[in-house]
Amino acid sequence: MDRRNFLRKTLSFIISVGALGSLKEILNIIPAIAEVKNGELTKPVYGMGIQIDKCIGCGRCVEACKIENDVPQEPFFFRTWVEKYVIKKDGTVIVQNIANETGAETVPEKDILRSFFVPKLCNQCANPPCVQVCPVGATFSTEEGVVLVDEKRCIGCRYCIQACPYGARYLHPTKKTADKCTFCYHRIEKGLLPACVEVCPTQARIFGDLKSMASPLVRFKRMNKLHVLKPYLNTEPKVSYADLDGEVR
Amino acid sequence: MIPQMTDKLAELLKQVMGYIYPNEIEIHWSILIVVYPYLTGLVAGAFILASLVKVFNVKEVQPTYKLSLLTALAFLIVAPLPLLLHLGHPTRAYEIYLTPNLHSAMAMFGFVYAWYLMLVLLLEIWFVYRQELVLWSEQEKFPMKWIHKIITLFSKDVSQRAVDFDRKVVKAITIIGIPSAFLLHGYVGFIFGSVKANPWWSSVLMPIVFLFSAIVSGIALVILLYMIIIPFRGEKIDMSCLDKMASFLFYAVIVDFSLELLDFIHRLYESEESIKILTELVINKLFVSLFIIQVLLGMILPLGIMVLIKLFKFDQELRKLLYFVSVILIQLGIFSTRWNVVIGGQMFSKSFRGLTTYKMELMGIEGLITALVVLVLPFLILALLLKIFPPWGIKEPRLEKA
Amino acid sequence: MKNLLPKLPEHIFRLFLVFLVFLGVILLVRFFIPNSFREHKVQIASTVEREKAREIKFAGTSACAVCHEEQYNIKKNGYHKNLSCETCHGPAQGHTENPTEIKPPAPRDRKFCPVCHAYNASRPIGFPQINPVAHNPLQPCITCHEPHDPKPPETPRECKACHGEFERTKEVSPHVLLKCTTCHVTPALHKVTPWSVRPSKPTTREFCGRCHGQESTVAKTAKVDMASHGEKYVCWQCHYPHAPEVR
Repeated sequence: MDRRNFLRKTLSFIISVGALGSLKEILNIIPAIAEVKNGELTKPVYGMGIQIDKCIGCGRCVEACKIENDVPQEPFFFRTWVEKYVIKKDGTVIVQNIANETGAETVPEKDILRSFFVPKLCNQCANPPCVQVCPVGATFSTEEGVVLVDEKRCIGCRYCIQACPYGARYLHPTKKTADKCTFCYHRIEKGLLPACVEVCPTQARIFGDLKSMASPLVRFKRMNKLHVLKPYLNTEPKVSYADLDGEVR
Repeated sequence: MIPQMTDKLAELLKQVMGYIYPNEIEIHWSILIVVYPYLTGLVAGAFILASLVKVFNVKEVQPTYKLSLLTALAFLIVAPLPLLLHLGHPTRAYEIYLTPNLHSAMAMFGFVYAWYLMLVLLLEIWFVYRQELVLWSEQEKFPMKWIHKIITLFSKDVSQRAVDFDRKVVKAITIIGIPSAFLLHGYVGFIFGSVKANPWWSSVLMPIVFLFSAIVSGIALVILLYMIIIPFRGEKIDMSCLDKMASFLFYAVIVDFSLELLDFIHRLYESEESIKILTELVINKLFVSLFIIQVLLGMILPLGIMVLIKLFKFDQELRKLLYFVSVILIQLGIFSTRWNVVIGGQMFSKSFRGLTTYKMELMGIEGLITALVVLVLPFLILALLLKIFPPWGIKEPRLEKA
Repeated sequence: MKNLLPKLPEHIFRLFLVFLVFLGVILLVRFFIPNSFREHKVQIASTVEREKAREIKFAGTSACAVCHEEQYNIKKNGYHKNLSCETCHGPAQGHTENPTEIKPPAPRDRKFCPVCHAYNASRPIGFPQINPVAHNPLQPCITCHEPHDPKPPETPRECKACHGEFERTKEVSPHVLLKCTTCHVTPALHKVTPWSVRPSKPTTREFCGRCHGQESTVAKTAKVDMASHGEKYVCWQCHYPHAPEVR
């Protein structure tokens, strides 16, 4: 075998092995083909239900979250927040973050058609755009379906913040890494409820294992007509809403 | 740090129109990320201009061939700098090579960049200059002699066979180089175009629009450099070369303009959920940078000028002046394009209910001064490269024989 | 085959050598980088461990019940039975670890309870809300309400104590003079267990017709011919009874 032939064979061998190996990896980019990451049978898959008609907009969840997770107190950083929707009779929609109502328009009651509160948090998508775009793999889904950020490896490029359709991520002002709701991973792993669920006075938030046979979350999913935020983006959120209004985005 | 930032964000909060998600107050990709696609665009554009000579045998453009290559190299060297500076943790940037996430478009940056720098630009420049480098190193004195000697890897082979071989390699590299240049800039467009959460960015046309605007800006930059450097050296501008480049620029601008118009009309016609907020965005926040600078000054005006040049036989001096004005306007326009994409895409809320504002810092690491430094740096590097690889040396005597 | 192989010029081999050296350096560097730096799985595992190890601030209601059995027992039968202790008392993990040194606060002033119970038009219907300005001004809530079992000191006389939103709507409507009980029969138990015993609602067209039918003798009401006016509907399918339109 001469040199050229040898080189060619070696090269084609390397390329084909590489191609076969990476083909699966490449196909995984397509969500439909990707293996379900939460595959381990023994592990729970966490989810949350939010009953909009029960939320009284007291903001205890936002406060508790900031305490529990050392979220900066300033009103620009939230792992969870509560939006107040006021739909006026003339059809205009006014939305506010209840933690920061300064300068917001107050609508006279007679002009209100309907009004309600909507708690928001990371949807822990089964098909998370933030995880897809992280260049270094510093954000990932755990086996329980919770999306976490490795603050030791996040390079702070903020692509994930751009990719999140729900605005659930922020750049931690001192750590300079992306930060987000973890479903209070450190609590749920010990059998406690996430802080926001723990302090919610009206059980507007229901937390549990989506795979469980009988649990408040399963009952919630059985008894309500459910919706998720921005379903057309195919992110497959694990936070579902009951009584969600069409104006909520 | 925090109190300062708090004050700044509190100030911004007052300027929010409508409702934005609370975490959206901060514009995360700042002026530096505007500079980055601008720089890579110049690289890709300059390279494609250079490849016109080698692959498509456009003889007129020959005088700018080496200048284009060196321009591409100078800008490519600086291109990762704005990215690096904008990271929250620049010291962790190496992770993109250690644990690249293969699903991430951005993770490909390291590889596309390395491929383009090492295997395309450096190699092409090396083969193009090799013969001259050998000759120079024989004639010159320390230190240039040694610099050139090291670059030639101490090889002295300038036999006909070796030179012919080099020429073939250059052609091959250029052929690989064109798709690579497309890849380099198309991929930057893909980074934006693939963000489905953001309707201002999310578009299949994004990589293609980026590519053609890259070609436009690259050609315009080389024209500009050519028109500045040549008179500086007391030489005469080759008018047929200039006309030819301007003509390519003209076609590129037309394609770019049509693509952007198509994108615009398509969005307007489809009128999806986001159209209201995007209209608000364009009218309230981007009016000057989009309509006035990008479209009017950066496209329609230069297009008009170039149409006039094509229609009427202006004399040389007037043509030069008009070209000069056009390419500067085009640079302005393309920079504005980058601004409108990057900053514009972050000024509206993903709730489609409100707009925020971008307040550029002056000093800070992501401020205007840093951006200006990053923009000037490639020119300094280019000056150095012109010293080491003078592009006006031996006029490729062997090319005519081929 | 052999004559097809061009003899490469020697500078190509030099270039090749440079590339090999370069490649070698990369491989060498790679070799010296510990595996844990390169393995996604290892890093994911360590992140998960780091997250798990984070400090807990809210102890959870069951932790409180261990020592504060008395309050817990009061609470579990009252309206606040689903409320977590820490909703009002704040994060108490520190208190569970060091009960004598760290004491969770007990909010006693008038500011705290209205966080949930001040009237707000966006709050769901039926949630007990008061007007903090008008409702027994200046008195701390706890003078009348035991927060662990916050039933009103006396059964509310008027519906608006809980149903402020209807009262406000009705106040500015033509129905301002009607009492809630004119239309809703309210069992006494509703005031004690509001969620399980509900007031009734009118069921027939004739109910509204008593005032609004043509034959009605009630003065100054809008009158319609019950036989022809919207015959197949019940009135409240079009008209909102708490604020019927004036036109």
